Amino acid sequence: MEIEGLERILREHSFFAGLGDAFLALVSGCARNVRFEAGHYLFHEGEPANEFYLLRHGRVALELHAPGRGPITFQTLGEGEIVGVSWLIPPYRWAYDARALTLVRAIGVDAACLRQKCEADHDLGYEMMKRVTSVLIQRLQTTRLQILDVYGTHG
Amino acid sequence: MADTDGTTDPMVPRLARIARRRRDGPQVWTLEIEAEDSAGAGFAPGQFNMLTAFGVGEVPISLSGDPAEPDRLVHTIRAVGPVSTALTRLGPGETVGLRGPFGVGWPMAELAGHDVLIVAGGLGLAPLRPVLYRLLAERARYGKVVLLYGTRSPQEILFRRQIESWRRRLDIDIEVTVDHALGDWHGHVGVVTTLIPRASFDPAHTIALVCGPEVMMRFAIAALRDAGLPDTALFLSMERNMKCAVGLCGHCQIGPVFACRDGPVFRFDRLRNVLAVKEI
Ligand SMILES: Cc1cc2nc3c(=O)[nH]c(=O)nc-3n(C[C@H](O)[C@H](O)[C@H](O)COP(=O)(O)OP(=O)(O)OC[C@H]3O[C@@H](n4cnc5c(N)ncnc54)[C@H](O)[C@@H]3O)c2cc1C
Ligand code: FES
Repeated sequence: MEIEGLERILREHSFFAGLGDAFLALVSGCARNVRFEAGHYLFHEGEPANEFYLLRHGRVALELHAPGRGPITFQTLGEGEIVGVSWLIPPYRWAYDARALTLVRAIGVDAACLRQKCEADHDLGYEMMKRVTSVLIQRLQTTRLQILDVYGTHG
Repeated sequence: MADTDGTTDPMVPRLARIARRRRDGPQVWTLEIEAEDSAGAGFAPGQFNMLTAFGVGEVPISLSGDPAEPDRLVHTIRAVGPVSTALTRLGPGETVGLRGPFGVGWPMAELAGHDVLIVAGGLGLAPLRPVLYRLLAERARYGKVVLLYGTRSPQEILFRRQIESWRRRLDIDIEVTVDHALGDWHGHVGVVTTLIPRASFDPAHTIALVCGPEVMMRFAIAALRDAGLPDTALFLSMERNMKCAVGLCGHCQIGPVFACRDGPVFRFDRLRNVLAVKEI
């Protein structure tokens, strides 16, 4: 029953848009509902990437700590987006902190479980790789814009 | 162009006085100017004036005030070099030179009956503020109105109080994002283009108006096209160095067009090749 509910939620999430039923069933076997209160961390920089999150509700800040400056938010994510993309690529470690800005409801996906299924079924692995790569490319583009500092006086 | 009645030479600045001056961010000041011979000729949202800081030089600056108050010539200026810095240092009662208004502004008549999606970056909000005044004054004439605004940091949000008060209205969607923030900012962080896929609008009935640094506009146009907007529904305001502002000197040429006379606002399909959006 619960698995069916999860499968439906996963099907409707934009990260899995267009994924076939058989693959959705495999993914949902690794998934669970999770909830984070505002201010709580989904994960921290340097920790093993054990679980990634598909946001259903609420907002999450991705942060880096710089000595003497405190946390610097470089991106916020909301409904329909994925928190954590390092789970598919070695060394499977988070590269930043992810903190709930509001109450967050999400689907947590056990990364080791899904990685195993990707290894066992490369068609599934390829689907996951395409989706993660697409998110990485989007983030690379926006990071380039941030680095350009287009609002500076050379803008 | 305002001075078409034959009595004033568009190349000769009129004298104008600074009536009010307020700070609108780090290095950004909004000046309200009264022309001595102003007869309330009015301006169209998106037009600009040529402002002279006497003894320093003349630069194009957009009108950023309410087009329903044509006697209040409002300009929001960022001090980046000699002329803009000299202008921002002028206080009430001091004199500036004024030519204009010049140029083709935003397609206000075309917006009627459409959803309007405004994408502004940094100081690019200034030439779009007159559009917002007009849309909100005639709210029933338009469909959905969405403003997506991005800037560098929370401290650099332009017209912050006004944005906050517009945000309380139920008939406009406003999202603000900053490129970087410390922990005390609870809004969006990320470049303005990241707001486009999250915004709710019907691409078949939407006209988008885009203004900001050119790189930001290229990325915004790419995201708007990805969202399904046709090139004929995309308008952007182009900045080029200007001298005459009336289509004579060629300083502001962009490919086959002059930004001062044919723009600064252009429909994207006219600039597509110049901006080379496909390459990003
Ligand atoms: C149609 C039009 C409308 C404009 N509207 C406004 C406006 O509403 N408010 C406003 O502040 N400016 C506006 N500008 C830009 C403004 O005209 C320039 O900032 C100004 O000409 C700079 O002159 P300057 O002598 O102060 O600096 P310059 O000596 O010309 O430049 C000094 C430095 O600033 C950089 N710079 C020049 N222009 C810009 C710019 N636009 N953005 C970032 N860096 C720049 C230069 O590359 C240089 O490094 C507009 C320009 C155009 C063409
Ligand atoms: S500024 Fe002279 S032609 Fe445009």
